[in-house]
Amino acid sequence: MRTICFYFQVHQPYRLKPYRFFDIGEDHHYWDDFLNRSVMRKVAQKCYLPMNALLLEMINKYNGAFKVSFSMSGVFLDQLEAYAPDVLESFKKLVETGHCELLNETYGHTLAALKSKDEFQSMVKKHQEKIKKLFNGYQPKVFRNTELIYSDQIGAMVSEMGYDAILTEGAKHILGWKSPNYVYVNSINPKLKVLLKNFQLSDDIAFRFGNKGWSDYPLTTDKFVNWLNAVPEEEETINLFMDYETFGEHQWAETGIFEFMKALPDAVFSSTNFTFSTPSEVAAKIPPVGKIHVPIPISWADEERDLTAWLGNDLQDEAFDRLYEMEKLVKSIDDEDIQRDWSYLQTSDHFYYMCTKFFSDGDIHSYFSPYDSPYDAFINYMNVLSDFMIRVREKISIKEISA
Amino acid sequence: MKVLMFGWEFPPHISGGLGTACYGLVKGLAHHNQDIIFVVPKLWGDEEPLADFVNASDVTIDYREKRFKKFWKNLTYLEVSSFLVPYLGPDEFKKYTDYTIHDRTDVDESVFSNKFEFSGKYGKDLMMEVSRYALVAAHISKNKEHDIIHAHDWLSFPAGIAAKEISGKPMVAHVHATEFDRSGESVNQVVYDIERAGMEAADHVVAVSQLTKNIIIKKYGIPAEKVTVLHNAVLDASIIKSSYQKKVPEKIVTFLGRITFQKGPEYFVEAAKKVIERDPNVRFVMAGNGDLLNRMIDRVAELRMGTKFHFTGFLKGDDVDHMYAISDVYVMPSVSEPFGISPLEAVRHNTPVIISKQSGVAEVLNNAIKIDFWDIDSMADAIFALLHYDGISKMFKELGTEELKKLKWEHVAEKLVTVYNKTLPQKP
Repeated sequence: MRTICFYFQVHQPYRLKPYRFFDIGEDHHYWDDFLNRSVMRKVAQKCYLPMNALLLEMINKYNGAFKVSFSMSGVFLDQLEAYAPDVLESFKKLVETGHCELLNETYGHTLAALKSKDEFQSMVKKHQEKIKKLFNGYQPKVFRNTELIYSDQIGAMVSEMGYDAILTEGAKHILGWKSPNYVYVNSINPKLKVLLKNFQLSDDIAFRFGNKGWSDYPLTTDKFVNWLNAVPEEEETINLFMDYETFGEHQWAETGIFEFMKALPDAVFSSTNFTFSTPSEVAAKIPPVGKIHVPIPISWADEERDLTAWLGNDLQDEAFDRLYEMEKLVKSIDDEDIQRDWSYLQTSDHFYYMCTKFFSDGDIHSYFSPYDSPYDAFINYMNVLSDFMIRVREKISIKEISA
Repeated sequence: MKVLMFGWEFPPHISGGLGTACYGLVKGLAHHNQDIIFVVPKLWGDEEPLADFVNASDVTIDYREKRFKKFWKNLTYLEVSSFLVPYLGPDEFKKYTDYTIHDRTDVDESVFSNKFEFSGKYGKDLMMEVSRYALVAAHISKNKEHDIIHAHDWLSFPAGIAAKEISGKPMVAHVHATEFDRSGESVNQVVYDIERAGMEAADHVVAVSQLTKNIIIKKYGIPAEKVTVLHNAVLDASIIKSSYQKKVPEKIVTFLGRITFQKGPEYFVEAAKKVIERDPNVRFVMAGNGDLLNRMIDRVAELRMGTKFHFTGFLKGDDVDHMYAISDVYVMPSVSEPFGISPLEAVRHNTPVIISKQSGVAEVLNNAIKIDFWDIDSMADAIFALLHYDGISKMFKELGTEELKKLKWEHVAEKLVTVYNKTLPQKP
């Protein structure tokens, strides 16, 4: 069996509003409701609504032979409920077809896996509950960690939580001569299957599709099918992992990205021996070829496929460490607002905005950042965090007094 | 006496301390019944009518007149190396030029046009404006009767020199800051040359502090007897009672000013670290903007005190007052500060201050802790003491406000009139 596995990441952070020093101790609402709502509505119109409609049409047309999978962060789902219930409905319809798999991740789209097992597990549980509640009791079997961050240790934690498989990047430096087009297993706990992104073919669609300077522009389904056929016969699975916003937002409708997707199944069925599968089907049906060793965490970001987009410079490390110092205190507080803000403050995007790798991958960073500079991002985040710390300490002291 | 005064800015449209000082001085001189013709590159129309204001942008001159041509020849060299802005670092420079470009209404670029619309800012065409300002000055000095010429800082020194050449009246050069204060040892030669030419051409030089006088003698070679120290004063010495309340439980230590080499922000950051190690219940605030801002943010993150040390960006209007009002200690660690008016503002808000010995204000303010800017241990000690030992801070509050009342512009103006009289040709 040879198969193509589509997984789309759907995420929007709760962006912080401009929060001044003078607001510390007084203003406890941190989120830029207007900006978050406008981004959500804009992307809904350009991507979520038209692409969901197209996928529904394709799933129905091929009677289940075409299928996809999604991972939707909890912060994204919260914003759907608040700003785009129409989009939420269309996702529900897709899931109801039975040919659209949902994955679990951390509720807050966090980097907790790198810092605290306890916090990681509680964030995953929170996400499980959210998916269950919104999608009629749905229970994902496959896990994807924030930004496809993976290491042997993270895999072991995920396996412990009962998942069959995890997705990550087919990073060159961990694969070496090996191919991403096989199923591997975690090196600590071989029960956990590891599916690797084929970054060449994924990025052809996600990053290069509309690039007129690319030597393979324009990308047609014929061309793509030829590339699929060029993959050695014994390599069984092509994992195409990408941001869902690729469709209509990163690659505008004018590039023809929707038409490409619409035509792809016919081309695959008529000229190749590939089928379409979801991650849990791949994990169940394709026998693994061996262990994959990832002692140091990898991700799907930037050329380095490492963590430096979120952590590593002084700004990021300071913000990250100060945030997680609060973990124990926050856990002891039973307060809905505190718990919500705690989740949202952990979202990886806040640290991404503080990235100072200006001259290599800075372009893509500044595209996604609402700030003028990483320094502005840091100041704003630290002001908010300072207020959050005051609130947490107040709650703790109230608790102590009443006890 | 009729004083022909050249400035660069005047309240309410100011971007630095120069405009405020000119305002105080003009007000003081008016108090002593002196007639002042105050020339600025650009008037906005809402200046307080304390003097006969002349808007350089309105002056029509015939640039073909022979004498002007001679000036122009001497002045054009200024434009050649005009890629500099004296008070601004690269970041601010960019913001300023963007602002200036959009803000300027009409600029006729031709040298031989009749009128030139000055921006009166510190923008990218600064050198061109400085030299044209001198031409206008020459014209004004021909047409407006006056007894003495008084030019403030290097921006208007060429104007003062030109005016003196035309009218032959004595000139006073007033130094509010030197290139050494602004740039340390990496001085801009063009600016230095103008400063020096201005002081040499002047019949007398006024310095805002003994510190500045020493620089003038040492670095510009001006004889000591030609320089008089006139400290700045405050317009209003009354205590400001603010109803603005602090929202955080911790005490607040504040740095407020441009975040540039001259102001010594890095010493404040290092001292903050030392204080926080001993007393975590303190917040430090760095208010302002400047070319060292990002470096300071990096350092604060590196020292892992990001939730105790805050940056506000540039503050304006009420926010400045609020910042002073909620501060428990104000620190001015300037590396080189000709005068430095901000600690006096802090005193008005009943906030005890720590100032560097390398500031002119240290010469007039006794009830403050004075430290060397580089001595971060002493700075940390002083901050800690003012936060914890109520006795000193209480004393500073009471005595500091008394001291303020003595710093009046009328007194400064009175001394200035004596300087004028000394400078005027003695009647036989």
